[in-house]
Amino acid sequence: MAIKQLTVFVENKQGALVAVTDTLAKHNVNMRALSIAETQDFGMLRLIVDDETVAEKTLSEEGYLIKVTEVVGVKISDQPGKLTEALAVLDKAGINMEYLYAFMARTEKHAYVVLRVENNAVAENALQEAGFKLVTQADIDKL
Amino acid sequence: MEKRYYQKEIETMPVEEIKKLQSEKLVKQVKHVYENVEYYRNLMDKKGVKPEDIHGIEDLHKLPFLTKADLRDAYPYGLLAKPLKDCVRIQSTSGTTGRRVVAFYTQHDVDLWEECCARAIVAAGGTNEDVCQVAYGYGLFTGGPGLNGGSHRVGCLTLPMSSGNTERQIQFMTDLSATILCCTPSYAAYIGETLKEKGYKPEDIPLKAGIFGAEPWTEEMRRNIEETLGIKAYDIYGLTETSGPGVSFECEEQTGMHINEDHFLAEIIDPDTGEVLPEGEKGELVFTSLDKEAFPLLRYRTRDICVLSRKKCSCGRTLIKMAKPMGRTDDMLIIRGVNVFPSQIETVLLSEGYQPNYQIVVDRVNNTDTFDVNVEMAPEQFTDKVSEILAMEKSLANAMKIMLGINPSVHLVAPKAIARSEGKAVRVIDKRKLV
Repeated sequence: MAIKQLTVFVENKQGALVAVTDTLAKHNVNMRALSIAETQDFGMLRLIVDDETVAEKTLSEEGYLIKVTEVVGVKISDQPGKLTEALAVLDKAGINMEYLYAFMARTEKHAYVVLRVENNAVAENALQEAGFKLVTQADIDKL
Repeated sequence: MEKRYYQKEIETMPVEEIKKLQSEKLVKQVKHVYENVEYYRNLMDKKGVKPEDIHGIEDLHKLPFLTKADLRDAYPYGLLAKPLKDCVRIQSTSGTTGRRVVAFYTQHDVDLWEECCARAIVAAGGTNEDVCQVAYGYGLFTGGPGLNGGSHRVGCLTLPMSSGNTERQIQFMTDLSATILCCTPSYAAYIGETLKEKGYKPEDIPLKAGIFGAEPWTEEMRRNIEETLGIKAYDIYGLTETSGPGVSFECEEQTGMHINEDHFLAEIIDPDTGEVLPEGEKGELVFTSLDKEAFPLLRYRTRDICVLSRKKCSCGRTLIKMAKPMGRTDDMLIIRGVNVFPSQIETVLLSEGYQPNYQIVVDRVNNTDTFDVNVEMAPEQFTDKVSEILAMEKSLANAMKIMLGINPSVHLVAPKAIARSEGKAVRVIDKRKLV
């Protein structure tokens, strides 16, 4: 069920980010979602792309540090309070979250929220039992 | 001003007499070492030199050198010349077994070391009416114990502060009117800046002199410290291998450090050929300990590049002077007063599961050394969690702190991120411009 996320280590210096996106563009990789976590020294670029195999291969060949992780995607209705409901479900199930980020789906009245948790299956079950719909790889491909 | 000395007879002894004294001591010392230190006896035998061949300092060049590698091979007791029951103290430098120096002292050795430090304090104007604040580290590091002992001998009221806790340093300094400060020059500068921020003007600060050493510093830094603290700043030199600080010290002329020649015989050699160079030429500084009992190193190569001069000094001391060391013949760095070898960083990286792809960046910001280590991560070490990367950096920094005694900032970087010149990574970038 989980969707694949790519994390790229980017140095905190001018031109570092554009070098990554440029490499992806040259290999026709389309980005679906993007989030950056930054520290004083470095940034972590997290991506959902249409073809993670090509993205991983080309970036690795360029010498980038890449990590492919399975993350949970959940569909949240585009209305106030819905994200809180989903987070409450996870909280109640005792699931620790490392990070999350959201992006809007173009076609549906949903926001897609990407969750990085310790145990994907447990989080997925808890969310589904509470009536949430998960984002599948097929949903991503349709974007 | 009346000229004052701690041991006038020695400090102002005519040069010919000093040389005679050195010759007598050397003959005895070589015999002592040959009889008691198997390691050095083997070196002498290999070179075909017997104690009988040494009649005075003119024969010094016949003796074999000792290097850091010998200290490593002989660790810990191989160069000890006295039974342990006669030893009362050790002092040590940071590092792995191989790099760590453990020096042994009999009571006689402690006494002569403290006397050397007392000479330095008196040369800086110290008397028994002074309050001497010792803000060098205490413990295995020689700085604190050495100056502490010297201060006692001069009769100063001694404040054994050790380094750090600047607020407390300032409180004691002002409440008890400290007149002499002993610490590393960078710490002196830091204390000065802190006092300035608190609104102290140089004339409000009770200090009159400072004795600063254990790390390289420039004339510019000296002027800066002298202005901020309203003092005269004196340089002091030494190394654990020979005893600690006080091997040489500055007088009011501030044009080089007088070597305590009655205890330490200095030579300058060509670092490549080992040939002794005439006075005034630049080369590697070599010391022979003339009367230490427990850890008497003969012809120890310091790796410091230096120049010696016998030019007459206005202070009246006849002891030969050495310039501030102008560099090193090896890759040792002195960061915040601590000796750091790049190979120590390498050892930590390997033991922590990293490839030895790193770069040390040293700089001096507001008179304090900054110490950064960039380390390349292997692809399999990379994770998508920022918290894990930060934890890895912290754990590496801790491991380095345990090895070195000082805390670096560790930065994990991408593979091949460290610049290579002709395929070889540049291991050290020292931006301090100390020479």
